[in-house]
Amino acid sequence: MENANFLYDLFGKNIITIIIVICLPLVFVLVYALIAILAELKISAWIQERLGPMRTGPWGILQPIAEVVKLLQKEDITPTNASKLLYNLAPFIIFTGAYAAFAVIPFSQYFVPSGINLGLFYVFAIGSISAIGLVMGGWASNNKYSLMGAMRSVGQLISYEIPAAMAILSIVVLSSSMNMQVINQAQTGWFWNWYLFGGPGTIAKIWVIPFTMVLCLIYFISSLAETNRVPFDIPEGESELVAGFHTEYSGMKWAMFFFAEYANMFVVAAILTTIFLGGWNSPFNTFMQGPIWGSFWFVAKACSIVIVQIWIRWTLPRFRVDQLMYVGWKVLLPISFICFMAISLFVMLK
Amino acid sequence: MSDKKRLDLEYSTHDSDKMRINVGPQHPSTHGVLRLEVEVDGEIVSEVIPHMGYLHRSFEKVCESMTYPQIIPYIDRIDYISAMNNEWPYVMALEKMMDIKVPEKVEYIRVIAAELNRIANHQIAVATFGMDAGAFTPFLYFFRDREYILWIFEKLSGARLLYNYFRVGGVSGDIYPTFKDECLDVIKKVRKTNAEVMDLLIYNRIFIQRTAKIGILPADVALSYACSGPVFRGSGVKYDLRKDETYSIYDRFDFDIPVGKGEVGVKGDCWDRNIVRMHEMEQSCKIIEQALAQMPMEGDVTAAFPKKIRPPKGEIYMRAEGPKGDLGFYIVSNGSDKPERVKARGTSFVNLSVIPEISKGYMFADLILILGSIDIVLGEVDR
Amino acid sequence: MIQYIKNIWAGISSSLIGMKITFMHLFVKKVTIQYPDKRFPVPLNARNRLFVEMNRCTGCTSCARACPVKCIDIETVKVVADDPQQEMLQSGLKRKLWLARFDIDFAKCCFCGLCTDACPTDAIKHSTEYEYSVYNVKDLLYKFQTLTPVQVKEKELMLAEFQAKEKANKASAGTKATDNKDTDEKTEKE
Repeated sequence: MENANFLYDLFGKNIITIIIVICLPLVFVLVYALIAILAELKISAWIQERLGPMRTGPWGILQPIAEVVKLLQKEDITPTNASKLLYNLAPFIIFTGAYAAFAVIPFSQYFVPSGINLGLFYVFAIGSISAIGLVMGGWASNNKYSLMGAMRSVGQLISYEIPAAMAILSIVVLSSSMNMQVINQAQTGWFWNWYLFGGPGTIAKIWVIPFTMVLCLIYFISSLAETNRVPFDIPEGESELVAGFHTEYSGMKWAMFFFAEYANMFVVAAILTTIFLGGWNSPFNTFMQGPIWGSFWFVAKACSIVIVQIWIRWTLPRFRVDQLMYVGWKVLLPISFICFMAISLFVMLK
Repeated sequence: MSDKKRLDLEYSTHDSDKMRINVGPQHPSTHGVLRLEVEVDGEIVSEVIPHMGYLHRSFEKVCESMTYPQIIPYIDRIDYISAMNNEWPYVMALEKMMDIKVPEKVEYIRVIAAELNRIANHQIAVATFGMDAGAFTPFLYFFRDREYILWIFEKLSGARLLYNYFRVGGVSGDIYPTFKDECLDVIKKVRKTNAEVMDLLIYNRIFIQRTAKIGILPADVALSYACSGPVFRGSGVKYDLRKDETYSIYDRFDFDIPVGKGEVGVKGDCWDRNIVRMHEMEQSCKIIEQALAQMPMEGDVTAAFPKKIRPPKGEIYMRAEGPKGDLGFYIVSNGSDKPERVKARGTSFVNLSVIPEISKGYMFADLILILGSIDIVLGEVDR
Repeated sequence: MIQYIKNIWAGISSSLIGMKITFMHLFVKKVTIQYPDKRFPVPLNARNRLFVEMNRCTGCTSCARACPVKCIDIETVKVVADDPQQEMLQSGLKRKLWLARFDIDFAKCCFCGLCTDACPTDAIKHSTEYEYSVYNVKDLLYKFQTLTPVQVKEKELMLAEFQAKEKANKASAGTKATDNKDTDEKTEKE
């Protein structure tokens, strides 16, 4: 219960405030997930020269509601030989892993549910819980295909956490803090103060700009792998394993997997925004800067990253498992190490 | 009986480390109802046994009780994606048996229809191949273009997919007034989309990594398995029935036979077969342009229809270059108006037989791609 | 080493080129039309549901014989000369055959067009109607005949009577003819 949260100043530090603080991001995630489903359907349709959903509401706006209602009324089928406890627990663990990261994401200057000093470290630790949920789901389904999907996904998730961690560590070195709010506050001013362009500092930072740009790209690619999106969507490999690790799930449990994927997409987009793109800062110094504008900028930047993720999904073919490992270990990892060294050298010599 | 014995033998050598997976009849990527029994060691495939017959419609038996014109709708349904190319060897065989010479205009119309259908077929082949690899967008682009070709066919013959257009001695209906302009329009669109898909999919690094050096089919193996079409040409052999055993008026057109050169990867891999199909689409466009320029505008397309189709006693085997390969019909006539026997050489049936040979040692995900690159349609496999 | 860097560069650049193409497609006119509200035009020679104009049909059964899947079922009754209900076909000729049954089963029809080619009077034709789905497959058996079952029975009875009369006439004409032949031979001999 740190400062930097206006709700505590408003209502005082008691249990009701804590509950409100926990539930606000949940409301945001729910609304965002509905909009993200619609965005995915519409953007994919426009790329493919078709119109997408048009009948549910004008221009298909009510499509996500239709999808939610459809999923709610589906029959909940459990395979006979599935381990009941693990089977039922898996979707919730995945969603918990995705949602718990919202505790440290700063939506604006005065709103972060929990502004701990180890924000980035915490996000990383919690993100790994999703891997456990995936394996549980795949193994407990008692299905060869799900098992194969789960095995592949574990390898993928763990391998791509390292380049992502290296990218984040470089920024931590640049800003000498793991607290998300402090990182955000360091990027105030014009947009060339963002860590994508080397962070706040003198013109001497021009040496660091290529490395931070490469690191941003590396983090973006690793985030695609973390959230199982094309080109890394082998665990859900539609054309090969029917639906991978969530083949046997139906109805609301499948909706939780689906939901968790979109929440994860927002989490990684939010982290990328915070550490590279200036978080809740406006790109134009003091124009449109302030606590309420902050949340607008933050959500806008994160959503544009989500849109880029959707755009890539419908463009690229998918990798094979061993090629995916090759890219993770032999391409992303060495490059991220080199960039980390370079940035550390720069900070040392500054 | 011997079949069961063969399977029992294989099961007895079954290694307990390996997993037997059924890529079942219902699967998003088997291009129809085909069952592949795959023995997998971790991720490496060690044995593939295809089981077919799920789409067997006993077409050859049914044809024994139909008259010759009544068989043509059945022939459409063998390779339902490129029906014009199916009907051609059959009507050519009957015309040869009955010594009928078709008018010039009919020949040109047949060439244009067959080449348009070749483009349509290759569009589906490359589109579904891309979808197997995970790229969903080229599928939509190709199907949008294919729609224009199907509209032309609907105005020409009356149906979109199963045409019943070629008849013994000619075609069933003449071309309509705006046929030439629409064909040229379609060719422009096809060329534009092909250029886009080359950038978007074919030369994409990820796609190349997925498909190069996978499913390598050496030329001598392809020859011994009697493969034909892009599967054979992808292995580097320049063999095309339109040039080597010229039928109809193909000797009047100037076109090239694309072969696989191992441009990225090894000669004869999946990427090569795919690029052969893309280049063949371009060559078909060239043929259509030349045919439209040379076609005589006057002439009755039904002039050479015989009064009664009663071929003399005898037998004939006639083949033509379909988009999937060498498609042939063997007709035995006993002098009446119903054939004694009609046999269809299904191209995909022969091409499918090469799958166990070329997929050993590759990963499971590659097996789906290899199957996609062979481009089978189950109607031809099972008839 | 060089190959490694080239590979990475090829990967990134080809992905970016692909992304540019899909981005350009966002602004292209979309090809979908909203189906029940708008429809694509169907050409006039499209081979959709069949229609039979009964006042052109002569009952020759060419269409039933030409059909590869035997979905047309025709039964005819000969028109009797002294039937009070005579009909003129559209071509101007008198009707010679009543159509007692003309069923087309659209669950079997393969829309090949062989029946329309075979018809000598252009009675059976393809329309452009393709939206005729039904809930019960038996509803796809279309009956085109215009005679009611009662009328059909009447016609059959009339035909049976006529044939019996003809037979009786022929029997008596046969005896008369032999008588005539005897007298002719007698006159020839004389």
